[in-house]
Amino acid sequence: MSQPEILNQAFELGYTYTRSTGPVVGRFLTGLKNRKLVGIKASDGRVIVPPMEYDPDTAEELSEFVDVGEQGEIVTFAWVKEPREAHPMNEPFAWAMIKLDGADVPMIHCVAAKSEGHVTSGARVRAVWADETIGFMTDIRCFELV
Amino acid sequence: MSEEEQEMITKVEAPVYLKYNFTAGSAPTRFLAQIKNGVLAGQRCPKCLAVYIPTRGSCGRCGVPTVEEVELSDKATVQSFTIVSIPIPNNPIEPPFIIANVVPDGANVSFIHLMSECVNEDVHIGQRVQAVWKPEDEWGYSMDNIRYFKPLDEPDVPIELIGKLTVTGEEG
Amino acid sequence: MKEIAILGYQQSDSRSDAGAVNEVEMIMPVLERTFAQVGINNAQDVDFVCSGSCDYLQGAAFAFVAGVDALGAVPPIKESHVEMDAAWALHESMLKIRMGHADSALIYGFGKSSPGELPIVLSQQLDPYYLAPLWVDTISLAAMQARMMLDQGLITERDMAEVVSRSRRNAMNNPHAQLSGDVSVDDVLAQDTYVSPLRKGDCCPVSDGASAVVIATVEKAKEWGVPYALISGISHAIETHNMGMRDITDSVSTRIAAERAGMNAGKVDVAQLYAPFSHQEIILTRALGLGDETSINPSGGVLAGNLMMASGLSNIGEVFNRIVSGEAERGIAHATSGPCLQHNLVTVLETAEKA
Ligand SMILES: [Zn+2]
Repeated sequence: MSQPEILNQAFELGYTYTRSTGPVVGRFLTGLKNRKLVGIKASDGRVIVPPMEYDPDTAEELSEFVDVGEQGEIVTFAWVKEPREAHPMNEPFAWAMIKLDGADVPMIHCVAAKSEGHVTSGARVRAVWADETIGFMTDIRCFELV
Repeated sequence: MSEEEQEMITKVEAPVYLKYNFTAGSAPTRFLAQIKNGVLAGQRCPKCLAVYIPTRGSCGRCGVPTVEEVELSDKATVQSFTIVSIPIPNNPIEPPFIIANVVPDGANVSFIHLMSECVNEDVHIGQRVQAVWKPEDEWGYSMDNIRYFKPLDEPDVPIELIGKLTVTGEEG
Repeated sequence: MKEIAILGYQQSDSRSDAGAVNEVEMIMPVLERTFAQVGINNAQDVDFVCSGSCDYLQGAAFAFVAGVDALGAVPPIKESHVEMDAAWALHESMLKIRMGHADSALIYGFGKSSPGELPIVLSQQLDPYYLAPLWVDTISLAAMQARMMLDQGLITERDMAEVVSRSRRNAMNNPHAQLSGDVSVDDVLAQDTYVSPLRKGDCCPVSDGASAVVIATVEKAKEWGVPYALISGISHAIETHNMGMRDITDSVSTRIAAERAGMNAGKVDVAQLYAPFSHQEIILTRALGLGDETSINPSGGVLAGNLMMASGLSNIGEVFNRIVSGEAERGIAHATSGPCLQHNLVTVLETAEKA
């Protein structure tokens, strides 16, 4: 028996899921649609953005929403030299954990910058909104350096 | 707040699309290479001697590789069937049509294919059928090389013998 | 409580692309060698079978069911599956034995990651509202973790490169390794960054392969008459999915799992730590308080070959091998799941000689 040739077939496995948001995620996404950012207070008073439904430490249901700024500070970042097809940006960019003004817990999003040398932990960034906002995470197109 | 602002988001459309390069597997590749030549190739379990088609590479009963290749007939027996009254998306076949489990002579398991050139109401378990192939120049690595199975003018196979015929169609 | 032993372990080669081989063809040779090692015919000779795999890796629905065709599952067997690393399948199997529902179990894990884009496939295990829609990949998440540690002065790039260099050198003694060689720290540091601050060398490769383990009660192990090691403890713990709320420079859940599993009741000669990125080995070593007396990742660890859904189980097997060979008396095996060491399982193994 000779070694068989390899038969390949490229294919896409996909589905567009319609997900229910629930009131907490829904409130955040409604905020995005209106180009506003909202967080929620944890049991210990820390402000979490994007908001979580339950406190990870105490399991307490959270409900106290807090408006936060659309600017913030990079806590840490990764520099992507070669964006992947699925990534939200086509040019080299940074993924970052960003602590928004008024928040205590950083969120993850992408940051547009000319080169890795322009980005530092501690750098100030600002949300760049999509041309059309629909109430989805990508309503923030990216963050940019201030 | 404007009316627009008060409209709460309650649902999101989340597209999840992933790209793959699927490989058929060694045993399926051998099967597909044979069907490209117009041959139905089964594979025999070295332990229980069952002949599988199409195989994924193992005898599920014994958990061992099915290495030996066995050329099967394109004559087969209907093991079960259903009359389908709804269309298949992206398929020109018009309902009502028949989907059947057919066991080729020489094999011990059935595979699913279409039946045509038949009176739907007359199709029955144990009925003898034969593959109707596409023209040779259209053959590829696909079960579609067989357009469908059509009835043969041969006596029915008793239920207890379905899946037990030799490659020449005799009682195994 | 019944004492449980591990008596067999086999792994396939870790390959960047298993080529034509499908999942059942990948599993069968590994199971065949495992059955031979413990002297049984097939899965009919154990009381329970549990596997770990994830169909999204190869993008084939019910691949885990196709895997069952490797077992010889006629007449029907007691069988279960976890959509996790098979180390968790071993955990389930131990519970089954402790409940008295089985005296022996076969555990196997397999992953064929090459058909898809693994870091992107894994992005879809993240928060479905806030992270999955951004398609943030696992390498980038780990890179952010590494930079946080570098910024805080907890590690240097040289520390990371030392982990990579030791992995490559240790892997030279591992016949199943995908990446091995006499690579120096300076060789690693000479590489350009990949997803900065990570270099390619800091990241585990994408691998195809499978591994299997047989466990049983000590009575059963004695009856079968094969060498065995004792599994004296096993425990797992998980942290919040919100990475912003975790201290990602530490691994609290690994420490908790190790304490619960009884790691601290004796010395640790060998530790197989599931660290897909070099800095994560440092996090785990520190979280567990391991020192010079412990040999860390003598197999090379997953930097030498990362069998998704199987390498955690392989870690248990690698520690078993070293105990049975007399190289070690006591050791721990770690498995992880989720981004940046979110969910961690620790198994403690000991020599049967002293028992
Ligand atoms: Zn068989």
